[in-house]
Amino acid sequence: MNIPEIFKNLEYGPAPEGDEQAVAWLDSHGRKFGSFIDGTFTKPGKGFATINPANGKELAQITQSTKADLDRALKAARKATGPWQALSGFERAKYLYAIARQVQKHARLFAVLETMDNGKPIRESRDIDVPLVARHFYHHAGWAQHIEREFPDHQPYGVCGQVIPWNFPLLMMAWKIAPALAAGNTVVLKPAEFTSLTALLFAEICREIDLPPGVVNIVTGDGEVGAAIMDHPDIDKVAFTGSTGVGKAIRKATAGSGKGISLELGGKSPFIVFEDADIDSAVEGLVDAIWFNQGQVCCAGSRLLVQESIEKRFIKKLKARMAKLRIGDPLDKAIDIGALIAPIQVERVAELMKKGEQEGAIRYQPDGELPADGCFMKPTLFTNVSPANTIASEEVFGPVLVAMSFRTPDEAVSLANNSLYGLAASVWSENINLALDIAPRVKAGIVWINSTNQFDAACGFGGYKESGFGREGGKEGMAAYLRPTWETKLKALPASQKPVAPKLFETDGIDRTAKLYVGGKQSRPDGGYARAITGPDGKLIAEVGEGNRKDIRNAVEAARSALGWGNKTAHLRSQILYYMGENLDYRKAEFADRIRAMTGASVGAAKKEVDQTIERLFAFAGWADKYDGAVHNPPTRAMTVAMVEPIGVIGITAPDEAPLLGAISLLAPAIAMGNTAVLIPSEHSPLAMTDFYQILETSDLPGGVVNIVTGEKESLTNTLVEHDGVDAHFYVGDAAGGKRVEEMSIHNLKQTWTNKGKAIDWADKSVCEGEYFMARSTQVKNVWVPYGA
Amino acid sequence: MTLKAVDLGAHNHNHQRNPGFDLDLGWMRQVRMNRSALERRASTIGTRRSVKKQWQAAWLLRAITFIDLTTLNGDDSAGRVERLCAKARQPVRPEILKALGADGLKVNPGAVCVYHNFVETAVNALKGTGIPVAAVSTGFPAGLTPFETRIKEVEASVAAGAKEIDVVIERHHVLNGDWQALYDQMKAFREACGEAHLKTILGTGELATQTNVAKASLVCMLAGADFIKTSTGKEKVNADLQTSLSMIRMIRWFHEETGIEIGYKPAGGISKAKDALTFMALMKEELGDNWLQPHLFRFGASSLLTDIERQLEHNATGRYSADYRQPMV
Repeated sequence: MNIPEIFKNLEYGPAPEGDEQAVAWLDSHGRKFGSFIDGTFTKPGKGFATINPANGKELAQITQSTKADLDRALKAARKATGPWQALSGFERAKYLYAIARQVQKHARLFAVLETMDNGKPIRESRDIDVPLVARHFYHHAGWAQHIEREFPDHQPYGVCGQVIPWNFPLLMMAWKIAPALAAGNTVVLKPAEFTSLTALLFAEICREIDLPPGVVNIVTGDGEVGAAIMDHPDIDKVAFTGSTGVGKAIRKATAGSGKGISLELGGKSPFIVFEDADIDSAVEGLVDAIWFNQGQVCCAGSRLLVQESIEKRFIKKLKARMAKLRIGDPLDKAIDIGALIAPIQVERVAELMKKGEQEGAIRYQPDGELPADGCFMKPTLFTNVSPANTIASEEVFGPVLVAMSFRTPDEAVSLANNSLYGLAASVWSENINLALDIAPRVKAGIVWINSTNQFDAACGFGGYKESGFGREGGKEGMAAYLRPTWETKLKALPASQKPVAPKLFETDGIDRTAKLYVGGKQSRPDGGYARAITGPDGKLIAEVGEGNRKDIRNAVEAARSALGWGNKTAHLRSQILYYMGENLDYRKAEFADRIRAMTGASVGAAKKEVDQTIERLFAFAGWADKYDGAVHNPPTRAMTVAMVEPIGVIGITAPDEAPLLGAISLLAPAIAMGNTAVLIPSEHSPLAMTDFYQILETSDLPGGVVNIVTGEKESLTNTLVEHDGVDAHFYVGDAAGGKRVEEMSIHNLKQTWTNKGKAIDWADKSVCEGEYFMARSTQVKNVWVPYGA
Repeated sequence: MTLKAVDLGAHNHNHQRNPGFDLDLGWMRQVRMNRSALERRASTIGTRRSVKKQWQAAWLLRAITFIDLTTLNGDDSAGRVERLCAKARQPVRPEILKALGADGLKVNPGAVCVYHNFVETAVNALKGTGIPVAAVSTGFPAGLTPFETRIKEVEASVAAGAKEIDVVIERHHVLNGDWQALYDQMKAFREACGEAHLKTILGTGELATQTNVAKASLVCMLAGADFIKTSTGKEKVNADLQTSLSMIRMIRWFHEETGIEIGYKPAGGISKAKDALTFMALMKEELGDNWLQPHLFRFGASSLLTDIERQLEHNATGRYSADYRQPMV
């Protein structure tokens, strides 16, 4: 096209970013790559091709790591832990700082290579991914130096196994490696098989800056290698970003292993537009929400929820905007949408779109031709969609948006939360009252007000519900790579004593059979059976209801109806906990006698347990209005409010030892932070907790906040852990029981805490009255609030 | 809102001049601008779009046709204005145009913009070129002279041969939300313009918020403005991309509701060829190709032309050029 022609039509023309340096780099390695283990690259072995999805051409051969490779990487990582942890924070900071500098120096090479390997537009890899990578290492260089101050009595896990996805290859690697290294861990990381190249270039940087061998190991390969890392016994902590399906498999595979785990999984994030939004800006926001990285973003705003009053106008504007998106060669600087990762992904997305149409959704795609070759797809909008449609509920991971409308703020929240996922949400309104009302009510780990897909190293990122748990970024992200030192020093929990068979009808006084406590009322067990509770001498003390599945169901229903507890003021929750302590104090002699009768404890010991329980209730009453969030400081004109929110309904399997103190030590933080609970007291010694009904009843605790079901530990726990209405579970018992809880948690990916078969000293205030259990009773939501008149 | 003056369905319609509409305060209340979101969009226009090689040359030649070649200084004189007009007649050295294969194109600035006292000088100097003369008016740059004299000023410039009148608004009407007063004045200016086109300068750097900018844009368009323009060039903050976005989105909305196309003129501070390309990309993306015509888009600038010439020479020869090699503006 000549100049006079262009003068008339003002077309953009091609604006290619050169790939010469990246090609030279690939050539310099003979286009064959081994893994990076113990500071050196292994000889390239048998493997697979990595393909440029924009043109289908092979870029290089990547090695499929073997079991022996993995063992060697883990050995190197293990060996490196000692010297790496022996370095001062400042020394580690210098390494992280050097990595950040080196990433910046090679920024364009990283960006071009990323775009060639992944298919994302060069604008994104150049302006978003790579700068965020550098920022992540700079930020965490700071953490390396301040960890001891900010996390006293904590230590790194040791060796971290990390598996990352193909959508942000370099960025996800930075999110994994930076905090791990800052905390003093060493890592074995596997990049996605589609996108290993930038991780290998990164490995070169590690070598250039003389990072001690073994601190960072990059093993390439497919999902099998990933599974082998997660399963490997010599890993202390696993971190995974990827699909919810694989995340669940990892949770199951690591159950009972004692490994730390964080999972950042899928999403179907709502993009909520109220009628008082800056509509044009919201339309533009959608471009960044769902057509960023071809929609292959876990937190993509893929569900548009628009207020009915502006729906028509909004959709019209959106379609006009879609027609302006330029699709094509991702190395072109003026391209908005590049290539999807691989033909298989294109097929998957197309399949879901077909299903959407079969179910009645109406597809809109702008006119225009796609490039003949490569994994390109048009931006797509589905209207005439409702939550019942597959395309509205399943994660598509492609450039596909579904639009639904709502009438009221409440309906917007209901639709937003009508999802298995809970990763992110966008809320658009120029009314700060409305926006800040919606943000806490959406069940998502990140909420962007009048913005979308904002990321920063200083702000936590991670999901609620089946979007996973654990955070990356911010202080909450650092916490995921550290554990309290006491956790590593616990001894095994001795086996529970089998209760002696009761001698029936040997009770004294009037028969008192404790019922269950559900929804604020004492209720008879559904099955109509009772369970005898004996003392250590076999003497029958009392009988309690034999709870069954239906009782658990009822208790969870009551707990869910009581979730408004979390919206009560922290001051009120605090007052009620104080009141519980006060009422227990009033009846402490009675509780001490009960403990003695059940456990045979000495007078002093029983009295002490009650006293400690009162103190514990006071401790968490004190915490209720103090364990709060933070305002993070991202490098944009926005405040990011890290809110501490309750998880929801927490199931608790209380310990046999310390039957009152142990149960309250788990219950008190849960309700202090606004959760509701279903508690299974000690199977053998439940009476202190059934007596506790009266404390609950006299302390103004709203019905349903605490529900107690007595009966057989294992079957009740199983039902509770399998219940999708339960959001988290605390379990104390033997190692096998803890493992079972972790395995069974995967259906709705509830967060679990278990004693890992270890003995917790419930009297230890440093363990049981600190922030530890509060952190496990809460999740952090980062709300981004940009401002500016 | 039922303001349709032009049927949007009709394709390739001829541009119809803004007839003006009643002040619609209900519409005003719906105007919302989110500064942070506007800034995000504005900051990525230049990184999302890029033109290279012959595309860049063609775009830059086109950019010249959008320039209101301007001199608005206290020391302006007839000689200075004549030099500017001579430059307008031949904005690019013929050998450069030839080397670019663009010698067949008519490449002249959109207008020459001067103070009232030099309108006649400019009209005479541009005779036969078809290049219109624009006059800044109404107590430029503050707009705070007596209303009657401002009307007379407009009439005098039109009588002297100005085809376009760049008027300034009284910023305090915006800051105080006195939309009726602003509307009435603009309507009066429009009447005083007669056949000459009315370009309203908002002085955006003094309007405090993007919402104010957007509302002021709407009032001026309702009152009959043919163009809305950012700045006089005398405020501390001149044309920037995010403010432009507020204004051109109001132009878009106005068009959606009325079918009337209003022109946009960023002015002040646009002195680099790259900036001109970014503004053009912004117009193309937000308003479409139709708005990339001189009757709907102008730059208020002068040194911009020199930078464009340098880039064109580079494009033609492959060597980087220097400003002294281009005939002075």
